[in-house]
Amino acid sequence: MTPLGAAVEAFLQALAAGIFLGCLYGLMCVGLGLIFGVMRVINFAQGDFLMLGMYVTFYLVTGFGTLAFLGPIMAPYVGALLAGPVLFLGGWLLHRLLMSRITGTRAAGSEGDGHYSQLIFTLGVALVLENGALILFGSEPQSLRSPLAARAWEIPLLYDPLSAVFLNKASVVAALLSLVIGLALYLVIGRSRLGKSLRAAADNPVAAIYMGIDVDRAHRLAFAIGAGITAIAGGLVATYHPFQPYVGFDYVIIMYAGVVLGGMGSILGAFWGGLTIGLVQQLATLVIPLQLQNAAIFVVFLLVVLLRPQGLFGRTAERV
Amino acid sequence: MGPGGVGRPVALIALIALGWFGLGLVVANSYYQLMLTLVPIWAVLGLAWNISSGYTGLVSFGHAAFFGLGAYTVTIALIRFGLTPWLGIPLAMAVGALAGAVIGYPTFRLRGHYFALAMLAYPLALLYIFTWLGYQEVSLPREQQAPGWYMQFGDFRVYIALALGLMAGAMLISLALERSRFGLSLLAIKQNEPAAEAAGIDTLAWKMKAIVLSGALAAAAGGLYAVVLLVVTPDSVFGILTSAQALIVTLFGGVGTLWGPVIGAAILIPLSETLQAELGDVLPGIQGVVFGVAIIAVILLAPEGVFWHLRDRLQRRRAPPPAPPFTTPVLPPTPPAVAGAGLVVKDLAKSFGGLRAVQAVSFTVEPGAILGIIGPNGAGKTTLFNLLNGFLRPDRGAISFAGREIGGLKPNRICRLGIGRTFQVVRAFPRMTVLQNVLVGAYVAAPREADATAAATEALARVGLAARAQDLAAGLSTRDLRLMELARALAGRPRLLLMDEPLAGLGAGAVEDLLAVIRSLSAAGLTIVIIEHTMGAMVRLAHRFLVLDHGSVLAGGSPREVMADPAVIEAYLGKKWAAIRA
Repeated sequence: MTPLGAAVEAFLQALAAGIFLGCLYGLMCVGLGLIFGVMRVINFAQGDFLMLGMYVTFYLVTGFGTLAFLGPIMAPYVGALLAGPVLFLGGWLLHRLLMSRITGTRAAGSEGDGHYSQLIFTLGVALVLENGALILFGSEPQSLRSPLAARAWEIPLLYDPLSAVFLNKASVVAALLSLVIGLALYLVIGRSRLGKSLRAAADNPVAAIYMGIDVDRAHRLAFAIGAGITAIAGGLVATYHPFQPYVGFDYVIIMYAGVVLGGMGSILGAFWGGLTIGLVQQLATLVIPLQLQNAAIFVVFLLVVLLRPQGLFGRTAERV
Repeated sequence: MGPGGVGRPVALIALIALGWFGLGLVVANSYYQLMLTLVPIWAVLGLAWNISSGYTGLVSFGHAAFFGLGAYTVTIALIRFGLTPWLGIPLAMAVGALAGAVIGYPTFRLRGHYFALAMLAYPLALLYIFTWLGYQEVSLPREQQAPGWYMQFGDFRVYIALALGLMAGAMLISLALERSRFGLSLLAIKQNEPAAEAAGIDTLAWKMKAIVLSGALAAAAGGLYAVVLLVVTPDSVFGILTSAQALIVTLFGGVGTLWGPVIGAAILIPLSETLQAELGDVLPGIQGVVFGVAIIAVILLAPEGVFWHLRDRLQRRRAPPPAPPFTTPVLPPTPPAVAGAGLVVKDLAKSFGGLRAVQAVSFTVEPGAILGIIGPNGAGKTTLFNLLNGFLRPDRGAISFAGREIGGLKPNRICRLGIGRTFQVVRAFPRMTVLQNVLVGAYVAAPREADATAAATEALARVGLAARAQDLAAGLSTRDLRLMELARALAGRPRLLLMDEPLAGLGAGAVEDLLAVIRSLSAAGLTIVIIEHTMGAMVRLAHRFLVLDHGSVLAGGSPREVMADPAVIEAYLGKKWAAIRA
């Protein structure tokens, strides 16, 4: 194999890995982007919703044996999809019982529109969730390896019989599911009445109230849907990646980078943003040391924010 | 808060430091000694965060960048160059200040959530870079010779004293800041950055000063942290939890006051450390849960932090039942003569995308005259004001004020040249007194503190609010808020005043009061340009009218001429009406 051939192979391999991982990041970002776009609240607990999605999937598949009848290949995916409704309910309750007291119409008019209290509140929730998970689930990394994670499609490269790009089956399936769910949500938000009320509440909460839209209810739905979507993404990550109670913060940063890159308040943009982060992360390994892989994300993120604050894919900057 | 005696707070700071040190003398357990040292260190990080974020309202998630750079500067300087931490910590402060400037300059272009999230990226990028450089875990070497010279003491109480000294220093700096124009300027930025800029405050310069100071203090805290713990890892100093710690202690204790971070650190750090020590082995994670629940509970009960909650409560208890709202009679003030200056606008134009908000507008205002700008909604009146005071850069045309070209200058520069402005929506600083609110506007024209106070007092007298100078702005009526905003604009001793709908939302009596004040200002020589919808009031006030419609000048002249102009009637009332009148 020629050096050039090897370089091309490495590039294609990283590109494929970036796209598949990026789709998962994209789905996470869609969940966060919905919450951020509608509520304008920085939610640090989002990474822990992801983590809970992983554990819910894990216990649905292994813990109670409920999904065992589906077989080892189907069960993890069904579990991940079921984690969505579970976290939807969790998010709904969290908003109904606590979060609504310091966000939305209640926060308007308080100092800094309540941003300070929201920030520290979500930090508190994140602490409770991840440490609560530590107590409940233990600190040992768990994994829910789908048998697919050990198999790959081999795509030979035509110019050289010795080289090929390997596509891990678990990551391909997870990426495809992410795409489908992200697209479905995009259509729902774009077309339905529910979506319209969410967008109205996001654009101009005061005007939305005058139009008879229950802004607090819209916030609650956005929060719950966002939590559920991110949890599904977490369940899909769990099918080929080990996890422990503290993974939340690692992902929350990636999610915010993606959402801001995509331009706030756009579902499609959030997905593209997440995809971009996945690509940057994987392609960066080709040119810089592995340890700087994540530094590359932040440098790209900073450059975009400073040079194009409306995001790569957004059209409008945040109102001031 | 605000100007006043500094004796009591300084004494209180000394008392807190001495009391805390006394506690350190009593406690023998080394674990609790460490805790007593960590509280002031985290308090310093909180105070640093408070300076750049608490007073300005620009939330930073990135103070771990300064903390970590401080810790690594001290450590690396000691290991590589044998530099004692006594010099290493000052060096760390210089590095932190430099980092503040380098980070602040590009990042201050961002606002709101974007600023917060961009700041998050700096420490995390540094975390990976320091890991890659091979500084995963660096220990400070034990210096057998001259341990004191290397800040290594057998007696832990020395560390407590050092940390307390640093904390007292940071508190005194915060106190000085709160009592100066520095602090007032930052508060003005927090409340309304454009209004602050229009009042002559160079917002970027103040924000830069704040983050440089903040970076230096955070780096000092990081440096001392390294000296006390003797081990530095990227995660412990650059990690997201370090940035969060700065936020948590400050938000919990109270934002925008020097007592907040200290209260927060003194409650939360011992709570989490004790939980960790007592329960950490039995049930790992329980301390995090309890800590998180405590934070959530306090925020739901006191969303603005412990300090403000307690203070508001105390004031409510202490204060007698609120007196019936009284309005000061507006005495016909006799303002000192002002040398008003004229304004010449030629062919001014501004478009937003395809929308021509202002096109080919030309007019002249004689010194000392009152020009009324009228026009239907969306006619471009406020855009015109934004061009005149520098919020927007004109696409074309010239603005000449007192013979000087001012088109395209920054708002604070234009304010300095003598153009004041009031806004359609009054932006008061509710927790500040009326006098402090006005003081913010006085700094433009007054280099010294005493001059500024004199100018503010005089401006309050001119609008008839002198009696309410020491009241909190939160308690003012709409009329008094308008007058206060007018005084804020006057405190900068402008020669031309732009007033955007000063009568909006006022009752009939209040309108008369305001008209009287405006007339007296005009009589003293001030040039005034007013946007207003209330035609009746304007006819009695303005010397000349300028009518805008769809961004261009429809008519201009004396009120009588303009009111009779068919084009004006059509624009206001529609074609049918114009036909009837004709």
